Amino acid sequence: MADSTTRPKMSPRRRSELIRYVLYGLLVAAAIAAIFFADWGRIQRNFFNIDSMREMLPSVVTIAARNTVIYTVASFSLGIVGALGLALMKMSSVKPYKWIATVYIELFRGLPALITIILVAFGLPIAFGWRIPGGTLGTGSLGLAIVASAYMAETIRAGVEAVPRGQMEAARSLGMSHARAMASIVLPQAFRIIVPPLTNEFVLLIKDTSLLFVIGTTPLTKELTKFARDFMTTERNATPLTVAAILYLIITLPLTRLVAQLEKRTARAR
Amino acid sequence: MLADATTHAIDVRQLHKSFGALEVLKGIDFNVDPGEVVCVIGPSGSGKSTLLRCVNRLEEPTSGTILIEGEDITDPDADVDSLRTRIGMVFQQFNLFPHLTVLRNLTIAQRKVLKRSEEEADSIARAVLDRVGLSDKIDEYPIRLSGGQQQRVAIARALAMKPDMMLFDEPTSALDPELVGEVLDVMRGLADDGMTMMVVTHEMGFAAEVADRLVFMADGVVVEDGPARQVITNPTTERARQFLRMFGET
Repeated sequence: MADSTTRPKMSPRRRSELIRYVLYGLLVAAAIAAIFFADWGRIQRNFFNIDSMREMLPSVVTIAARNTVIYTVASFSLGIVGALGLALMKMSSVKPYKWIATVYIELFRGLPALITIILVAFGLPIAFGWRIPGGTLGTGSLGLAIVASAYMAETIRAGVEAVPRGQMEAARSLGMSHARAMASIVLPQAFRIIVPPLTNEFVLLIKDTSLLFVIGTTPLTKELTKFARDFMTTERNATPLTVAAILYLIITLPLTRLVAQLEKRTARAR
Repeated sequence: MLADATTHAIDVRQLHKSFGALEVLKGIDFNVDPGEVVCVIGPSGSGKSTLLRCVNRLEEPTSGTILIEGEDITDPDADVDSLRTRIGMVFQQFNLFPHLTVLRNLTIAQRKVLKRSEEEADSIARAVLDRVGLSDKIDEYPIRLSGGQQQRVAIARALAMKPDMMLFDEPTSALDPELVGEVLDVMRGLADDGMTMMVVTHEMGFAAEVADRLVFMADGVVVEDGPARQVITNPTTERARQFLRMFGET
């Protein structure tokens, strides 16, 4: 190649610097274009409408955000108990336990959460003539808990299996029963490992509560998304969605930061 | 076998153990008397660790009988958990509980299994910790200790149960060479105090000095079994001679 001898060769560092500047330039250009061409007046009227915001307060916080948190906490609590049971069943040497847990986990991880929620809310009462206790809160939380427990069971199992086998053996050699060794030695170590992924599941669950609109919540049991959608129809603009989005972030951002912190801590403890 | 005048502490009869198609133990007869120190040596893969792990049924025997002080631990109805409280075990990898302090490592089984009171468990823990020379580490977490210290804590944890016998599964194999001595010192002390011990080890010096009897295993069978000095200095089989030559001890 005669060309390479005549042209001075660019060092790899110089070249990556150049590429970076080009990318920055493109970004800035895109931002400027967005600022110039966007219709700020319409955006403001539709997404940041002060009057609509006023209409929503305070009920968007005192009812909607509050309900979202209640659904999340209830389904997470219910879900983690189920998940622990499922995880132990899945690791059990008793074959039928293992099968039941496997089928459950694969089924509810494979189905869209929306379908599970509908099945729980409408299918169960039709099939068994049984009303789920707790009204909308009970129904919604149960539906979400069923889905969440399938995911969390695998998280817990992974955590338990990450505890070295020698821990169980040492506990058994001291005369502890399997259950005792699990409760006192293995699970406490497993939970340290799975707190970050479980917190992630919690954040996912917060967002999944938005699926509960399908079960037809009443004015007092609406969660954030349903609440915002209903307000959109009366306000005739999208501001309620913006408000809901901000509230979701207020709830989830501290948690995702917490996960990052926890992960840093476990990484250091290793 | 006739009824023994004195019951063996550990009495293994015709023990077989297979992992799938692989037969690791091929009919082992082996025993340890009360107060006796028996070292089990042999090349890796000879089945010596598996034998030791069968004694407290961490490994499930395929067939055969193991009597602990006359009680059949291989009996399906045996109370294995209660039998295990009489058998202390020390692992190659220490297996201390990392989420508990040294004190809690020593008291958790006393409290949960033997139902000792907190005061009693604590005072026993302090006593055994003193015995292994680590009283000053009582509030540390295992991760803060050296390998030798961790293994001494592991010995103390087993001793806190006041077992009738101790099993050691290559207790010094995971240690840096300069830390081996402190663990062997503790074990020597135990032997001097009359503890019944079964030790799977590669430490020939320790075996020669401390063991009452030496058992040489190869390929899943006991090849030699006799007084330690005799097995080391004058092995009767070619297999044992070959193995011992590697150590240059003869």
